[in-house]
Amino acid sequence: MSLLAIRSLDVCYGKVEAVRQVSLSIEAGQIVTVIGPNGAGKTTLLAATIGLLPSVGEMLFEGHDLRRLQVEARVEAGIVLVPENRELFGDMSVADNLVLGAYSHRHDRAGNRRNLDDVYHRFPRLLERRQQKANTLSGGERQMLALGRALMAKPRLLLLDEPSLGLAPLIVREIFKIIASLRETGVSVLLVEQNARAALETADVGYVLETGEIVNSGPADTLIHDPKLIATYLGGH
Amino acid sequence: MSSDIAAILAIDGIASGAIYVLIAIGFVLIFAVTRVIFVPFGDISAFTALTLAALETQRLPGTMGLVAMLAAMATLMQLTADIRASDLKAIPSTLFFYLVVPLVPVALMWFAAGSVMSMPVRMGLSLLLVLPIAPLLDRIVFRPIADASVLLLLTVSMALHFALVGLGLMFFGPEGVRTQPLTDASWEIAGMQVSLQTFLIVGSAVVFSTLLYAFFELTLTGKALRATAVNRTGARLVGIRPAYTGTMAYVLASILAGISGILISPVTTIFYDSGFLFGLRAFVGAIIGAMVNYPVTALGALLVGVLESFASFWSSAFKEVIVFSLLLPVLLWRSLSVGEVEDEAEE
Ligand SMILES: Nc1ncnc2c1ncn2[C@@H]1O[C@H](COP(=O)(O)OP(=O)(O)OP(=O)(O)O)[C@@H](O)[C@H]1O
Ligand SMILES: [Mg+2]
Repeated sequence: MSLLAIRSLDVCYGKVEAVRQVSLSIEAGQIVTVIGPNGAGKTTLLAATIGLLPSVGEMLFEGHDLRRLQVEARVEAGIVLVPENRELFGDMSVADNLVLGAYSHRHDRAGNRRNLDDVYHRFPRLLERRQQKANTLSGGERQMLALGRALMAKPRLLLLDEPSLGLAPLIVREIFKIIASLRETGVSVLLVEQNARAALETADVGYVLETGEIVNSGPADTLIHDPKLIATYLGGH
Repeated sequence: MSSDIAAILAIDGIASGAIYVLIAIGFVLIFAVTRVIFVPFGDISAFTALTLAALETQRLPGTMGLVAMLAAMATLMQLTADIRASDLKAIPSTLFFYLVVPLVPVALMWFAAGSVMSMPVRMGLSLLLVLPIAPLLDRIVFRPIADASVLLLLTVSMALHFALVGLGLMFFGPEGVRTQPLTDASWEIAGMQVSLQTFLIVGSAVVFSTLLYAFFELTLTGKALRATAVNRTGARLVGIRPAYTGTMAYVLASILAGISGILISPVTTIFYDSGFLFGLRAFVGAIIGAMVNYPVTALGALLVGVLESFASFWSSAFKEVIVFSLLLPVLLWRSLSVGEVEDEAEE
């Protein structure tokens, strides 16, 4: 059974269909990436998966119908979204943002403390800045905080919307290293990225989304050599 | 005016200001978490005073009927919602939280009817009886329109206030009440008699504001409330249910309103409709704090209390006119600087 199975999903903004008949699946421990141009519907797909947008079609998480669950219940089930605009708690400290990340399983105090140490270990910058308010962080630090807060929720399926957006190349590499390392801890990832090359190098499976529809899919190491993809998304080479 | 009189007026003003502080902080708390400007909040305070007065004279307080009616309505609405969503597993918890929990203090009151209670017991019981009103109103009135605009929520809130005043008349009757003083003791300070009651009032305001602050800073639930206020979507994405934090905000704010009602009941005569004016004065404090800033809100509410005290010395008939006219420039100045606050909140 797939960890997440989406079949014939439609998502609309009023009359506008932003996602049309999308099917995709993620196996446990897999990293799956969805690439595509601006406005293709990638953010919309993630928002529907976490439950922020209503959708039509089938959506199963370990065989259970997801669409009956509210956002908060999906988070409790282990699906965690790092949204495109991060949605941090701007007026609160870095430490509070991280602590709140673990809200969905707040009773496991020992586990959460270990998890917090782990996040600080991955992002020493956050440890240095733990008393600083989130809205005074730099762009890159905010990305780290968003990812750190999501990891605090002990995700089983992590939905990442452009985690490398606006980051310096060195940190981009660091972020992708972290995403790849999640595989060993048993976390599955659905990764949406503009940086198609880096995404396909990290992922096991890739999907190409254009104007709301899946136009291509396959193992990431096949897609990365696909001449048509190289021309449109991978910038030659 | 001699400096003696000025000092007495100032102390009086600080005492009533301290009472408004509690209500004003509640306004800000509810608004921050739910975006509702809860106009009936002063009514909650008045109803606590009326409840306390009923207990003093060993009558059954009207609060019992009011809470029972609201609990029945909220339970029916939630049951309907559960059945519509074919979520039958939720029914026991619905019955527990919407029917059993609010009715526990009512039942306690029923069994204790007619018995003579000490003052702290009467106060505690009054507070418990009043506590469910605001969260139940939230479930009945605001939860179905939670995503509406702030303006619509305010309009509904205004209508709710008038409905509640009507219910107040029905359940409490038209008589005014004044409870026994907390204490008759007084201290002499710098040649002036200051009643111990004044100290108790100011002390309670300080203690409960501090407790609320500690709750926000130190507990996870407190942080979840702040998180909902700062970013609702962000809060949902970490698994915080806005309906839950909303209920918590109403409960906490009701504790503050209830305490203010207990503190004010020996100071002035309270009628079923007295709540609106306390609410309005406290609301001015909350506006001075731009509905977001707790310390400035507290200072604003104190300012209103002091102004009111001096105004009633100069001309008690024009007391409200003087208070609210003097506040106009302050409000204008605050509304000009509120723009900045909202920009910050956008971040
Ligand atoms: N709230 C909305 N109302 C109406 N249309 C919307 C709304 N949000 C997005 N859209 C439209 O839906 C389409 C898909 O948007 P979406 O944000 O999912 O794209 P995306 O693939 O994430 O793009 P990008 O790479 O630029 O982030 C776009 O055409 C967009 O204009
Ligand atoms: Mg996007």
